[in-house]
Amino acid sequence: MIDFLEAAIRIATPLVFAALGGILSERAGVFAVGLEGMMLTGAFAAVIGTWLTGFSAVGIIFAMAGGGLLATVVAIVTVRHRADNMVTGLTSNILALGLTTYLMRILSGSGRPLAIHLDPIGAWPVPVLSKIPVLGPIAFNQPPLTYLAVIGCAVLSVFLFRSQWGLKLCATGENPEAVFAAGADPLNIRMTAVIGCGAIAGIAGAVLSLQQVGTFTDGMTGGRGYLALASLIVGRWNPWGAALACLGFGAAEALELRLQSLGVPLSSYVMQMAPYLIALAVLAGLGRSSRLPAAIGKPL
Amino acid sequence: MAALLEMRGMVKTYGSLRANDGVDLDVFAGEIVGLLGENGSGKSTLMKLLFGMTEPDAGGIVFKGRELSGHRPREAMAAGIVMIHQHFMLVEAMTVLENIMLGWEEAGKLLRRGTIADRIREASERLGLDLDPDVRVADLPLGRRQRIEILKAVLRDADLLILDEPTSNLAPSEINELLNILRRLRSEGKGIVFITHKMPEVIEVCDRVVVLRAGKVAGKAGIAGADKASLAAMMVGRDVTAPLSVEPKAAGAVRLDIRALKAQDLGPLDLRLRGGEILGIAGVDGNGQLELAETLAGLRPVESGAITLDGAEITHATAARRTEAGLAYMPADRSTTALVKSMTIAENLMLRDSHRQPFSKGGLLDREATRKEARSLMERFDIRAPSEQTLAGSLSGGNQQKIVIARELARQPAVLVAHQPTWGLDPGATRFVLERMIALRDAGSAVIYISSELEEVLAVGDRIAVLAGGRIAGLVSRAEVDMTRIGLWMSERAA
Repeated sequence: MIDFLEAAIRIATPLVFAALGGILSERAGVFAVGLEGMMLTGAFAAVIGTWLTGFSAVGIIFAMAGGGLLATVVAIVTVRHRADNMVTGLTSNILALGLTTYLMRILSGSGRPLAIHLDPIGAWPVPVLSKIPVLGPIAFNQPPLTYLAVIGCAVLSVFLFRSQWGLKLCATGENPEAVFAAGADPLNIRMTAVIGCGAIAGIAGAVLSLQQVGTFTDGMTGGRGYLALASLIVGRWNPWGAALACLGFGAAEALELRLQSLGVPLSSYVMQMAPYLIALAVLAGLGRSSRLPAAIGKPL
Repeated sequence: MAALLEMRGMVKTYGSLRANDGVDLDVFAGEIVGLLGENGSGKSTLMKLLFGMTEPDAGGIVFKGRELSGHRPREAMAAGIVMIHQHFMLVEAMTVLENIMLGWEEAGKLLRRGTIADRIREASERLGLDLDPDVRVADLPLGRRQRIEILKAVLRDADLLILDEPTSNLAPSEINELLNILRRLRSEGKGIVFITHKMPEVIEVCDRVVVLRAGKVAGKAGIAGADKASLAAMMVGRDVTAPLSVEPKAAGAVRLDIRALKAQDLGPLDLRLRGGEILGIAGVDGNGQLELAETLAGLRPVESGAITLDGAEITHATAARRTEAGLAYMPADRSTTALVKSMTIAENLMLRDSHRQPFSKGGLLDREATRKEARSLMERFDIRAPSEQTLAGSLSGGNQQKIVIARELARQPAVLVAHQPTWGLDPGATRFVLERMIALRDAGSAVIYISSELEEVLAVGDRIAVLAGGRIAGLVSRAEVDMTRIGLWMSERAA
C-alpha cells in the first residue's frame, strides 16, 4: 500500500508542476496547449545544465529558462501577434520534440544521442517526521522537487486569490477591457503569465529527467503535458484541485503498474492508456459544467 | 467660488472635421451638468480630451485649480476624474468586492478583503446603492452593475463623475433610483456631468444644461427656464417637436391586402392598405408585432389566409420573391437582423440586391460600381461616415438606421413594413426617420409603421390600428383618435 501511494505521488509530481504553470496561463486567458513542449524543453535543459556544471540546482534553473524561452516564443506569437492558441501550442510542442531530439545528437558530435547518466536526485527525509509510521515514508521522505510541488500549490493559491497581481491576472482572463480600465496593461500581464507558465512547466520536465530518470530520452514527457492540461480543467483552474486531479491520474497509472507486475493478462499498451481514458471520461462527465475563463483564447 | 473643472476653447480636428470647435465647459462642485447633443455633436470628443484619451489642437483644462495638459487617462483618474461608460468595465465572474479591488492601490498588494468589504457596505448604505460585496456581478441586473462603477468612483475619492448615457440600458424604476443616487452624490459635493439626449431626465435631475451642436456650444441654460421643446431645438438646430406635416393624401389603389391571416401567435387579422397611406400599428410590445412584421416579410410561415401585394398573391412566397414584388422590410433588430456590423457601409447597402445591377455584372460583384452607388446613397440619405468602406458597426445608431433606410427605400418599394424604426435613436435621427416615412407615403407607397411608442404612431399614422394578443383590437383614422379607447384596446388580450 505504501509502495502504491509512493508511486502515485511520484507519477503525480511532474503533472502538478505542469498543471500549476497551465493554471497561470489559462487564468490569464491563454490556452496552455504548449505545456507538453515546455515540459520537454525543461527536461532537456535540466539534464544539459546538470551535466555541464555538476549541480542539479543549476539544472533546475536551466529547466526554468528553457521552458520559459519556449513560452516566450508562444507568448509573442499568441499574445502580441494574436495567433490562435491551439495551433500555436500544438506547433510549439512539435517544435520542442524535434529540437530536443536534434540537439541531443548535435551535442554528442557523433550523430547518436548524447549519453548522459546522472544520479537521480535522492530523497530528503525530514528529521523526526519521516519516522512516523505509514505517513512518514509517504509524506516526509520525498525528493526536494516533490516538496516544492506542494509549496508551489500554496504559493500559487495565495498569489491568485489573495494578491492584487493575481486579481489582475484572473481579470485578464475574464475581461481584459476591465483590467485596462483599471489602469493595468492586460497584454503585459498575459505575456508574463505565459512565460511564467513555461518556467514552471520547465520544472515539471526537470522532475522527470533529474529526479526520476537521471537522463534525457527523446520525447520522454510522453503526453504528460496533455494529462496536466486535463488535470487543471478537472481541478477547475484551482491549484489544490488540479493537484488532487494529478494525484488521481497518478494513482491510476500506479495501479496499472501494479497490475502489470501481477501478470494480469492484458497488453501493457492497453493498460498504459488507462490514465488517458480516465481523463477523457472525466472531461466528458464534466462537460459544459466546467466554466472556462470568459476571455480565454480571445486575442487582445 | 472657483469651478471644479474649467475647459476653455477646446479645439480638436479629425481631418477636415472640426469635432470640437472652441468648446467651453465649467462644472462646479455639488452640481449636475447635463451635456446634451446629438450623435456626432462633439460630446464624446470633449470627454476624450478631458480624459486624456486624445490631444487637443488648442484649448486648456484646469481641474481643481491645476492645469491638466498632455495627460493620460491614468493621470486623469488619479486627479479625481472618473468616467462611467455605457458598457461597464466589470469582470462578471468576480464578486462586487473583487471588482472594486481590481487595480486599486488601497486594497493592498496582498488584498485586504475584510477592510474593503466593510468600506463597500458603509458607502453602499450611505448612498442607497444596495450592493452586497460578496455577490457575483453576473448575478446582478444592469442597474446594480452601474452602481458598482459609481461606488468605485466614490471609494476612490473622485471629485468629478462623467456618466455617458447612463440610462440607456435601464428600466424605468432603475432610472429613478439612479437619479436619486446622483442627487445624493451632488449633496456630498461631487461634480457630475450627465451625458444624454433624453430630455425628461435632464429636466428632472440637472442644475444646468450645456448643449453641443456640430462641435460648438449651441446653448447653455439653467434648468429653471428650460423646457423640452427649447432644449431639443437647441440640440438639433431646428424644432423637432413641432408636429410633422402629415396632410392626408388622397389614398390610391389598394397595394397590400391581408385577409384572415393566421400564423403562430398571430391573427386571424384583416388589413387593407392603399397607396399613399401610413398605417400606424400601436400596442404593448410582445402582442404580435414581431410576428406580424416577420410574417409579412416572409420570415415566418403563414398558417391560413392570404396576402396580396399590388394584385399578386405572396402568401407563401419567399422573402426574395416578396422583394421582387415590391415589399421592403426594416426589422426592429438593427444590429443583428438588418445589418452585418462587420461589413462596410457599401457592402451593407448592396446586401439585398448584390446579384443585380449596379452591384454585379455578369454574375460577378462589381466593387467599383458598388462603391460609387454607395457614395451616392450616402449623399442622398445623409449617412455620415468617413467613407463607404467604414464598417457599419462603428457608426452611431442613427447612421446605422440610415443605411437600412437607404437600402430599403432607395428603390421606391410598393409597401414598406417598418418595425420600431426609431428605437434608440436621438431626436434628430428620429425626426429623419419619420420624415422619410412620410416622404415615401407621399410618393405613393403604403407603409406599415409598427411601434410601441404611441406618440410616434399617432404622429405618422393616417390610420391607427392597435395590436393586442396577436389581433387587431381596434382601428381608427387619425381624425377620430380617442385616447381612452386606444388605451382600452391596448390593454385588451385576445380571448
